[in-house]
Amino acid sequence: MEKRVTTPLTLEQVKDLKSGDSVLISGVIYTARDAAHKRLCELAAEGKELPFDVKDSVIYFVGPAPAKGDQVIGSAGPTTSYRMDPYSPTMIALGQRGMIGKGKRSPEVVAAMKEHGAVYFGAIGGAGAYLSRCIKKAEIVAYEDLGAEALRRLEVEDLPAFVIIDSEGKNLYETGRQEYLDSLK
Amino acid sequence: MREINAQDITAAVKRLCMEANSYLPSDIKERICNCHQNESWDLAKNILGIIKENYEIAEEKYVPICQDTGVACVFLEIGQDVHINGNLEEAIHQGVREGYIEGCLRKSVVRDPLDRVNTTDNTPAMIYYDIVPGDGLKLTVAPKGFGSENMSQVKMLKPADGLEGVKAFIMKVVEDAGPNPCPPIVVGVGIGGTFDKAAYLAKKALMRNTNVRNADPFYADLENEMLEKINALGIGPQGVGGKTTALAVNIEKMATHIAGLPIAVNINCHVTRHKSIEL
Repeated sequence: MEKRVTTPLTLEQVKDLKSGDSVLISGVIYTARDAAHKRLCELAAEGKELPFDVKDSVIYFVGPAPAKGDQVIGSAGPTTSYRMDPYSPTMIALGQRGMIGKGKRSPEVVAAMKEHGAVYFGAIGGAGAYLSRCIKKAEIVAYEDLGAEALRRLEVEDLPAFVIIDSEGKNLYETGRQEYLDSLK
Repeated sequence: MREINAQDITAAVKRLCMEANSYLPSDIKERICNCHQNESWDLAKNILGIIKENYEIAEEKYVPICQDTGVACVFLEIGQDVHINGNLEEAIHQGVREGYIEGCLRKSVVRDPLDRVNTTDNTPAMIYYDIVPGDGLKLTVAPKGFGSENMSQVKMLKPADGLEGVKAFIMKVVEDAGPNPCPPIVVGVGIGGTFDKAAYLAKKALMRNTNVRNADPFYADLENEMLEKINALGIGPQGVGGKTTALAVNIEKMATHIAGLPIAVNINCHVTRHKSIEL
């Protein structure tokens, strides 16, 4: 049974999400990949204001394909998250609560998640056509020059994902595989 | 001597770029369906169901299966009795340019690995030429995503490492990759040649229909054995656990030096795209 998650994502909501939970995410989320993260962290280092409200925000690591015909947005599945590892601890310290991506994270990211209370969701990599249907509105907020990598504001409805790493640091990539292997014994 | 016009190559490459990004090869679709049916782990089964629905949507709506529409890898088998009227290389790039713009495919190529400025039309293509007997021209476009490309590795083994070394290296690459390359994956392996030829063979291996085993029974058995071993790791679809980690293992091999045993493993995700045409 899926848990419904609506943004902005509060600390209370985060505490309730456990590694392995299937979720459906609705509300406003933001997109950013490495290039946008680099700029956001540079702004933060200079003490300047970010182009969106980072408090209790969820960032989707995605560089969508261009919209075709009457599409709101083109195919939009997650990109590999480890490329954001150098930046995510800074973003989490600034108040970001959720990340949507795929693949492993660094110990530094997990430490920041535990310290500040954040959650890492996995969306299905390679399911871009399916996931784009959950995006009801898309607009560029900043960094238009980055093309697919621009910072976008998305309104999503029932975006399917699962909790990979929860705010206690429990990791589905470790436990899921082990539980499956144990089930064969 | 047969004449082929460069414009015809541009038109073919353009079409292949667009179609390869929306239509998954039938052997890959069959394998995803079979794995979906046979998967026993709940979350893994749900994920495979969505992966299946995803390629159906892409096909029906003629939109990209994955937003990473890749760098366009273009393979040519050119008959030695063919003459191209016009600039062949430019004709290929032009086909990629037109296909990626008209097809609303993502432009994912930067002009320089360090200054990282996007070329905005997905050129240049990565081109691989093979000169073959005859007067045919076979074109294959394989859009290669980098989530899986980044998880690929090359290693110069010692001859003494032998078959066991080869097996251990394949397992190491898959294990290192874990959930990152969007499993279930297709594993392309190149053994032999030189440092670069091994990598080329691994990429070529990914172009082979996954229902066709290596013609050499020894390597065909090795493909089957490695697939079984990889799926016993329990990584599962997207790394959440389960029996479906790889859809297929394709191995290509060639002669090598007395002092060496080069091996390359090129990983592809479940969106293993390639489309060919003969002109």
